[in-house]
Amino acid sequence: MTGLTHLQRLEAESIHILREVVAEAERPVMLYSVGKDSAVMLHLAKKAFFPARPPFPLLHVDTTWKFRAMYDLRDRAAAEAGMELIVHTNPEARALGINPFDHGSRHTDMWKTDGLKQALTAGGYDAAFGGARRDEEKSRAKERIFSFRSASHGWDPKAQRPELWRLYNTRIAKGESIRVFPLSNWTELDIWQYILAEGIEIVPLYFAAPRPTVERDGMLLMVDDERFRFREGEVAVDRSIRFRTLGCYPLTGAVESEAATLPDVIQEMLLTTTSERQGRAIDHDQAASMEKKKREGYF
Amino acid sequence: MSAYTPEALIASDIDAYLDTHANKSMLRFITCGSVDDGKSTLIGRLLYDSKTIFEDQLAALEADSRRVGTQGQNIDFALLVDGLAAEREQGITIDVAYRFFSTEKRKFIVADTPGHEQYTRNMVTGASTADLAVILIDARKGVLTQTRRHSYLAHLVGIREIVLAVNKMDLVGHDEARFDAIVADYRAFAASIGIDRFTAIPLSGLTGENVATQATTMPWYTGLPLLAHLETVPIDVDARQAQPFRLPVQWVNRPDLDFRGFAGMIASGTVRPGDSVRVVPSGKTTTVARIVALGGDLTEAVAGQSVTIVLADEVDCSRGDVIAAADAPPEAADQFLATIVWMSDTPLVPGRGYQLKLGTQVVGATVQPPRHIVDVNTQAELSASTLALNDIGVAEVYADRAIVFEPYADGADLGGFILIDRATNATVAAGMIGSALRRAQNVHWQSIDVTREAHAAQKGQSPRILWFTGLSGSGKSTIANLVEKKLFALGRHSFLLDGDNIRHGLNRDLDFTEAGRIENIRRIGEVARLMADAGLIVLTAFISPFRAERDMVRSMVAPGEFVEIFVDTPLASAEARDVKGLYAKARAGEIADFTGISSPYEAPQSPDIRIDTTRESPEAAAERIVEHVIGVWSYDL
Repeated sequence: MTGLTHLQRLEAESIHILREVVAEAERPVMLYSVGKDSAVMLHLAKKAFFPARPPFPLLHVDTTWKFRAMYDLRDRAAAEAGMELIVHTNPEARALGINPFDHGSRHTDMWKTDGLKQALTAGGYDAAFGGARRDEEKSRAKERIFSFRSASHGWDPKAQRPELWRLYNTRIAKGESIRVFPLSNWTELDIWQYILAEGIEIVPLYFAAPRPTVERDGMLLMVDDERFRFREGEVAVDRSIRFRTLGCYPLTGAVESEAATLPDVIQEMLLTTTSERQGRAIDHDQAASMEKKKREGYF
Repeated sequence: MSAYTPEALIASDIDAYLDTHANKSMLRFITCGSVDDGKSTLIGRLLYDSKTIFEDQLAALEADSRRVGTQGQNIDFALLVDGLAAEREQGITIDVAYRFFSTEKRKFIVADTPGHEQYTRNMVTGASTADLAVILIDARKGVLTQTRRHSYLAHLVGIREIVLAVNKMDLVGHDEARFDAIVADYRAFAASIGIDRFTAIPLSGLTGENVATQATTMPWYTGLPLLAHLETVPIDVDARQAQPFRLPVQWVNRPDLDFRGFAGMIASGTVRPGDSVRVVPSGKTTTVARIVALGGDLTEAVAGQSVTIVLADEVDCSRGDVIAAADAPPEAADQFLATIVWMSDTPLVPGRGYQLKLGTQVVGATVQPPRHIVDVNTQAELSASTLALNDIGVAEVYADRAIVFEPYADGADLGGFILIDRATNATVAAGMIGSALRRAQNVHWQSIDVTREAHAAQKGQSPRILWFTGLSGSGKSTIANLVEKKLFALGRHSFLLDGDNIRHGLNRDLDFTEAGRIENIRRIGEVARLMADAGLIVLTAFISPFRAERDMVRSMVAPGEFVEIFVDTPLASAEARDVKGLYAKARAGEIADFTGISSPYEAPQSPDIRIDTTRESPEAAAERIVEHVIGVWSYDL
């Protein structure tokens, strides 16, 4: 008897969840944010349905402010998986010219939160896979793997269903939907180990390289395109940087690093002293900010 | 206080470190106890000692500890474990929270459940996926009612590894006698509810003694510290490899006509190409041809893995079926005795239809009034007419069709189920199957106390099936109609099934091919049998050309009940009459498979009654049939 490793068990659980949704939901979709968690989730989907292609489309809720390298990988990964890629950009946010420089949290609210609701409603999706993990943030620790949303995409932490064994109750009323998190039980280290073990392609920004940067408000920002707005006195300086998490480039802090390979990145992650989400401006607002965002429909 | 002291190997040799950690196993456990027992503190301590807490989290924790903590200026580890804003303010957790930490040997998933009145529901949920339960006891208080409750629930859910964590040993002077007394007390109780072994560890979550490291303050304790114990206990899913193979089919993978794979998570056993398997419930056997995976076929797969297997033969198999070891298949049944934990504010309505989901099977089901419910605090069996929120009861469950299952004790994948409210879609209960009910297989037969004999006696007659057979146009319907009129006049209870009321309704979907004709007769036979069960004299007037089908119907009913009446008309006479013009159409090739023309008629070899229509009028034939049947009745009554 050979026991299964933790990665084998995590993989098996995630695949089981992906298949259960495909077996029971009418119109599933996979939210694909191009980050490392999305990369793992997409890889698991390929494994779950091989030799068939994953029987659902990928949905990218775009803010138009992601790193260019993310758009490159997004299009290539979808094509290689043979999956339809749906890109949604909130037309209101586009019309209003919402951007991270002028609009602060409204940028996230409109492009991401509202954009996601619009895309899910427009597609008539009854189940949406997301790459969130329980270890990311305290309020996520209590979120179910199958998270039920009202027709207006709201989340009520008291009205979630108990999840026993491997039995997921996927029944919903018309208009309601389920957010499904196949990576719920993975930790950041698990994700990295799996990427290493399976040779999964991730955005090169996770690896250190010299990149043009500006230091602002204690964060290292990368000057990814000509839309970057320099403040007075700021000039782009090349630094060897990498990203621990990826989002809109003007809102995502880099870390100075020489880690150019996966083992180096993992080593640095294990030796570092701050948790993953610190690079994202969104979590610093208030202690329970993530929970508040979730109630409003943020993934 | 330093939050994160990485292992030296990470800095010195990351590849060696990654190799070690690539082969970690995974243990899921649940912690049971209340805030008073120091449960959150213990979990926080495990996270802290396993170096899972980052500096920014520690900074937040220190700030929170000063603001809302209960440990003065010290770190309140309990705050690491709390989550939702509302409950932080109330100082309670409202749900199951999952925490993660890992050592170089194992990754751990901790289910943490709160200690208030919703406890039963939450603990059962958290425990359902756990390999091990840590039951906390405050060393100052000893075994309490809640200790019994936690232990009972852990045992109920089938957790085999129980750790009795005698906490706060620092507050009782690390006293061995106190620890021994608590363990003795617990052992007596544990045995009474069927827990035959457990591991007791004296520790302190607050000081960390015997949590991650061996405490020097308790040299009399020679066992492992908690973390070392958690790193070495056997894992359930690995043990299930030794059981017979079962793969509940979750999804059929059919990308094109050349590939048909059956996907699911292996519930137990191992599988290799060439293994003999049986598809349950159909019972068909075949062998495993391939275990398909991205990156290349596998030579073996084991319990706990999600796989896609290809079978050697084209057998019927779909979601809900179970592919099992050919020589040790699981049972299928539609009635069980189960232990049910009610999880909804709306109580059970006995007899009401719920959806039951077990493995990948979803069926309709009803629950009988409980035989008894169990007081979780005293384990006493009480009587009750229903199940309310957090009640645990033993009740019979009737499914609307047979499902493949195993007793819960043999595994949760085919032994655990949930009940879903059809109106609200809420998960209202969790159930654990004890065994199938050993009596007649069908629920509907069980519920009928008015027997077929009673039906017949009420009508003062013996049920019969008068089965008229013969060519189209032979006069079957004409004679059958006359027979029924005579029976009616005699006060008998009868019913005539013919083309008009069957072919246009029940069997509207059937064609006139051989397969369609066979199914036509089978259905008519079933309907006739039901009517006979209701005590009626049933007359059927169909060509029913095949001997095998007539014999099949005869075999379905009690001996002597089936009366075969052959309406014998030569083909030429029938064709000459051709009342409906069908023979002409058949001869013209407009009707395919027409009996006597393009499809055979197998005449009965020894009918109970033969009517020669060339010699006997319909009226005379009907009279003779009635006499024959009533003559038989006189013997019966």
